[in-house]
Amino acid sequence: MALLLRGGRVVDPSVGLDEVCDVLIRDGLVVEVGVGLTMPKGEEVDCTGMVVMPGLVDAHTHLREPGREDEETVASGTRAAAAGGFTAVCAMPNTEPVADEGAAVRFLLEKAETEGAVRVHVIGAITAKQEGRALAEIGDMASEGAVAFSDDGHGVADAGTMRLAMDYIKRFGVPVVSHCEDTALAGRGVVNEGVVSTRLGLPGWPAAAEEVQVARDIRLAQLTGCPLHLAHLSTAGSVALVRDAKSRGLGVTCEVTPHHLFLDEDDITAAYDTNMKMNPPLRTAEDTAGLLAGLLDGTVDCIATDHAPHAAHEKALEFELAPFGTTGLETALALVATHVVAAGTADWPQVAQWMAHGPRAALGLPEVRIEPGAVADITIVDPAQEWVVEPGGFVSKSRNSAFLGRTLTGRARDVLIGGYFALRSGKVVV
Amino acid sequence: MLSNKHILGMDDLSADDIARILETAESFAEVNTRRIKKLPTLRGLTVVNLFLEPSTRTRTSFEIAAKRLSADAINFSASASATVKGESLRDTAATLAAMSCDLVVVRHKYAGAPRMLAEMMDCSVVNGGDGIHEHPTQALLDLYTMKRALGRLEGLRVGIVGDISHSRVAGSLVPALRKVGATPVVIAPPTLLPSRPDVLGAEVAWDLDEQLASLDVAYMLRVQMERADGMPFPSLREYARFYGMNAARLAKMKPEAIVMHPGPMNRGVEISADVADGDRSLVLTQVESGVAVRMAVMYLLLGGADSGVAA
Repeated sequence: MALLLRGGRVVDPSVGLDEVCDVLIRDGLVVEVGVGLTMPKGEEVDCTGMVVMPGLVDAHTHLREPGREDEETVASGTRAAAAGGFTAVCAMPNTEPVADEGAAVRFLLEKAETEGAVRVHVIGAITAKQEGRALAEIGDMASEGAVAFSDDGHGVADAGTMRLAMDYIKRFGVPVVSHCEDTALAGRGVVNEGVVSTRLGLPGWPAAAEEVQVARDIRLAQLTGCPLHLAHLSTAGSVALVRDAKSRGLGVTCEVTPHHLFLDEDDITAAYDTNMKMNPPLRTAEDTAGLLAGLLDGTVDCIATDHAPHAAHEKALEFELAPFGTTGLETALALVATHVVAAGTADWPQVAQWMAHGPRAALGLPEVRIEPGAVADITIVDPAQEWVVEPGGFVSKSRNSAFLGRTLTGRARDVLIGGYFALRSGKVVV
Repeated sequence: MLSNKHILGMDDLSADDIARILETAESFAEVNTRRIKKLPTLRGLTVVNLFLEPSTRTRTSFEIAAKRLSADAINFSASASATVKGESLRDTAATLAAMSCDLVVVRHKYAGAPRMLAEMMDCSVVNGGDGIHEHPTQALLDLYTMKRALGRLEGLRVGIVGDISHSRVAGSLVPALRKVGATPVVIAPPTLLPSRPDVLGAEVAWDLDEQLASLDVAYMLRVQMERADGMPFPSLREYARFYGMNAARLAKMKPEAIVMHPGPMNRGVEISADVADGDRSLVLTQVESGVAVRMAVMYLLLGGADSGVAA
């Protein structure tokens, strides 16, 4: 069947497109892009006032299945992704058990096939059980379709082990995704070391705990030639290290999260709100400025959510005991629309770069373009819609958002995956 | 009455509140010298001491204070409580709330726990020490002790010496001293200072000897010898050499200057035995003041304006 997206602002920087026009889709593919298109039969979708862009990908998602299906599942997490405007997510391997063998990758991909609302790519573990010692069955997982390898949730403490892993992984042509955290420096830290740790009497986690591993892993990428993607960078110093690495032509990419961009340590108050407890922790205003500058100058490749759903009763514990993380799939696009686009800092072509093309390039995923012959993975955004982030409004099974109560401007209206709606008029339809 | 229903940290207390507490404590201190020390003031009210971290001194002080005011004091301590069975703090709070007590004193291993309780309960909550954050009644009894000994608080220069970064005592004493117009100076090796001591509002010094002559009070903090993450200095001997209070250091202080310690002391480490037991040490006065100050806090939080006789 045919679908005609009529009169939206069609934005795709990878083909130099940014104009009000129509997009014709047939049999899951884009067949024509232009003004005043017609079709003999099919459905017309009015996109007046909307932004039509390549489908967004989240490079960093925790689906929690298997193990913590009370917090999220493939079904609920991918529906949350669709609600947030994503056509694909990359599932991190820190499940219970850890995804450290081919069968675990196959399990998730089969689950996604039958129950998923959006595409799912699987990231496998670097080390067995993510213990930082023996290598996981990397080739086995690559054969089953793993797109990258990561011990996300932990830094790989031993430099020799990381070097070994990168040397081994490069033969499969996929990147290592590094969670940079030197545990000896981070210690028992739960917030940025500095003003907030001092004021609230909470153990501090210095910026250096991230930056020393960023520096180490960049050197190891240079030594081994393995592509390196740095997860959830939180400090201006990390961005500076990546900027330097890129200027030297190294195969290094990186991501930042909406919470590190749009919140800082001053958002952690005497209320001890555990939804503000993140790994890595919220940093200073200088750091958030450094992350944004990195996005604007191309040092930072993409925005990823680090969607980390948690059970309410666990987030209700004392700050030092509560788990790290915030949900993000349903707020990421709207936060960028509000704080970057509506604020006039950047425009939709850059958003498409950061949330659609950047993550695909960083993780070597198939490209998606709005041009004839391309797979019709498309996100349609209502840039003017105002809405309030409310606990009752989530599709995700979990509600631990750091942005509860915020009024945002802009929201995904429709999501097309292979020409079929996953989200339609703001409702998940799969 | 005080300006807030709870005392979770020094931010909850105005300078007027502090003055009122110290003044009220003075009359209770007088009661504590009588043979019959019990007042009927809080008769029929229930005070729960929720101590989820081992403590004998502070818990006993609160318990005596409650009993001297005729409140029913219930001790709910970690070893005897449901918390060891994995009950969450929120469930504990809900359970206590359902039993309708009038005041909860909470000691907890983690910062912010008293605020969680306060959010969940209708009654007043007093922070009896949360993690490495605050211990406001300790700061109040320290102010009381200093005022009694030196006749004033305004203008005093108080050196707080030792493990500032892990001290809830310092966490409350520094802002308390600032509220009453005194000058706190935190004195420690850099490894025992928080990363941003400037935000505490204290002067910062690494060298105790350079400070001695200017101090009115040397407040020695306990060295925590049971730390899991390694000692932040080479040896106790070296610590004592640079930061221990002893007779030689005391001799360099002003003749009227005093030495304090929140207890329990490591004799020979942060304070030498002769100084601890000497006439310039107010360690036992602090303990004594603790009861009177905690009586004052309970009395004022529980609507003490009616002087208690109506109860």
